[in-house]
Amino acid sequence: MTASTTAARPGAAPEVSGAARVPLRSRTFLRGLPLLPAVVLLLVFLAGPIVYCVYYAFTDMQLTGQTTTHFVGLANFRKAFGDDRFYNAILQTLVFTVLSAIVGQNILGLVIAMLFRLATKAVRSIVGALVVAAWVVPEIVAGYLLYAFFRDEGSLNEILAFLHLPQQNWLYTMPILAVSLANVWRGTAFSMLVYSAALSEVPQELTEAAAMDGAGLWQRFWHVTLPTIRRSVATNLMLITLQTLSVFGLIFAMTKGGPSNKSTTLPIYTYQTALQSYEIGYGTAMALVLLVIGALFSLVYLRALRPEAD
Amino acid sequence: MRFRSIAALSLAGAMLVPLAACSSSGESKNEIKIAYQRATDNNSRVMDNFLTGVKKEFEKANPGKKVTLVPIQATENDYYTKLDLMMKSPRTAPDLAYEDTFLINSDIKAGFLQPIDSRVKSWDQWPQFQDSAKKAVSGLDGKVYGVPDGTDTRGIWYDKRVFAKAGLPANWQPKSWDDLLAAARAIKKKAPGVTPMSIYTGKANGEAASMQGFEMLLYGTDDQLYNPQQKKWVTGSKGFQDSMSFLKTIYSTGLAPKPSQALDANIGTNIATDWFPNQKIGFSIDGSWLASTWLKTGAKPWADWSKNIGWTAMPTQHGQAPGKTSMSGGWSWAITRQAKNPDLAWKFITAMQTEKNAAKYDNSAQNLTVRKDVAADPSYLAAAPTVKFFTDLVASTHYRPAYAEYPKVSTVIQEQMEAVTTGSSSPTQATAAYDKAVSDIVGGKTTKESGTK
Repeated sequence: MTASTTAARPGAAPEVSGAARVPLRSRTFLRGLPLLPAVVLLLVFLAGPIVYCVYYAFTDMQLTGQTTTHFVGLANFRKAFGDDRFYNAILQTLVFTVLSAIVGQNILGLVIAMLFRLATKAVRSIVGALVVAAWVVPEIVAGYLLYAFFRDEGSLNEILAFLHLPQQNWLYTMPILAVSLANVWRGTAFSMLVYSAALSEVPQELTEAAAMDGAGLWQRFWHVTLPTIRRSVATNLMLITLQTLSVFGLIFAMTKGGPSNKSTTLPIYTYQTALQSYEIGYGTAMALVLLVIGALFSLVYLRALRPEAD
Repeated sequence: MRFRSIAALSLAGAMLVPLAACSSSGESKNEIKIAYQRATDNNSRVMDNFLTGVKKEFEKANPGKKVTLVPIQATENDYYTKLDLMMKSPRTAPDLAYEDTFLINSDIKAGFLQPIDSRVKSWDQWPQFQDSAKKAVSGLDGKVYGVPDGTDTRGIWYDKRVFAKAGLPANWQPKSWDDLLAAARAIKKKAPGVTPMSIYTGKANGEAASMQGFEMLLYGTDDQLYNPQQKKWVTGSKGFQDSMSFLKTIYSTGLAPKPSQALDANIGTNIATDWFPNQKIGFSIDGSWLASTWLKTGAKPWADWSKNIGWTAMPTQHGQAPGKTSMSGGWSWAITRQAKNPDLAWKFITAMQTEKNAAKYDNSAQNLTVRKDVAADPSYLAAAPTVKFFTDLVASTHYRPAYAEYPKVSTVIQEQMEAVTTGSSSPTQATAAYDKAVSDIVGGKTTKESGTK
């Protein structure tokens, strides 16, 4: 493509004087040369580790305890699919992703963004700053803050006691709920920002026309606003799903995957297998499965983007 | 055009320079790197201070040589992981590594360490080390891979103030597990609000759960984890199930911390810095080093601790001989296989292990010595009132089966403890699950007989 455009471009003529004798192919090569560092960097730092990772998943590599690594074919995957804790990890991952990203962050983000359009500037900037603050806090700090909030002697129970309400102990009784709420707290800002931008793009005339035709608030939202921002919804869902699938620090700081593996998502289980039980090969195989789950989610969202061409 | 291609080339070159730089590291024949664990508690810098002191002496005595300390600030399990990752590559491998003796066999098998037999043979200090400690740093091939720098034992720490309230003696000497339960029940009845007792449990507490917790129980029964005569792992033992039942009893009848507290990774810190000083706990099965928290140099200085806190040995299940039990671990200094300057690294070990320096470290870390000369040193015995008691416990102590499989077996123990603690498994189910998992890990090399300890 570069070749045809440059060759056809008359404006290139003055330069040609010295280079006219250089054959077309090598000229193209020379022009592509500046891309080389970027390509090399991509290959070395992006493609390299991925290829390595795929390779490790088919070996019995260990962190310690054996000197040699052997190619073992699909053994790691067979082991995974016969391992109850692996199924548990997949289930926890799905619950965590659906609860905290698809339902929690996504809907709450949309609601806040819509309320913003009705709110005064002062309210908007105060609430906005608060929500974004939770997002800016580093993951591990957020994890620790929410651990301190939910724990037995934590601030949530202090507040509940002050209001004479029954105490909670979710880190122990429903850890997956506790970490999901934490992830909602931390990640809603992103959805809110995406939807704020999307909503401001919805043409005023459309909603006004719908209102004139007697559409209620809910009907205007369902038939006008939502179809207009459909692309943003899909993009947002894709981004937050992929982000949430790989959440590690937040859960690790709050529950370490416990108790009794009730909050062991795939990233946590991968860490435990690869780096605590030293089975790097097996852990990497599970990481690959996580990659596949992410790809499946993406496919669904991409399909959702495609139909009814605008 | 020519200008452009030159510019492009030089740009490409410039961007590749940092890549090339990655591969050439500044190697120096006169430098050694020392990797060790730094406490996650920022108030505790015992090892750092000790090494900095030896480094200063060493660099002064050996002009032109440089010692670089590489602290790894992490919890115990993360430290092992990080150290193994470093030793895997020649670019990051330190010359000297601080190795927990329970992992040393695993690392020997992985080829991370080099044998030092010829070095210790000609070293005048080596005869000072106790045989049990020498055994702990030897591989299955019989070669020596490290120099041990101390050991530890475990026992019961109890609060005399809480005991007085519950009508229990100030000089407590439990003779069996039943005595422990009786004391815990008395505390529960007469000192409401106090957690009667604690035994570490669950995955979040890692090795503290398997060793301070489960194995303190198991090795007080007639069974153990590994049969040394048959060289096989023990499954289906009565002692294993009894130990799980003991956990179930204390966690289901309110004699121990609430499961949510017990499964919190911070419980160890809470017990040492809050529960004991503030009379919130009756007794805890804990390490010989617990009191180091309360020393002037510790994380929670407490001048009167020795008046209020007592210590005693962990009894065997029914009081069977020898009446008490303990578990021991220990650390060692090992030269890595990839070390750039093994000779200099060895020289540094000998500088750390003069009698004077060894005693200095043991005293500040509340470490139990494995050297005969330090054991006889008056400054060592005077460092804390507990030293003699816990050093004497070495006579009835046990060591973990420090084979390459142990870390995985240990994880399974923690998981099954957690299941019993939360009530999601019965002791029988937990034992069955353990048997299956262990059999998978060691490839079926299991036995029903425990053998002699």
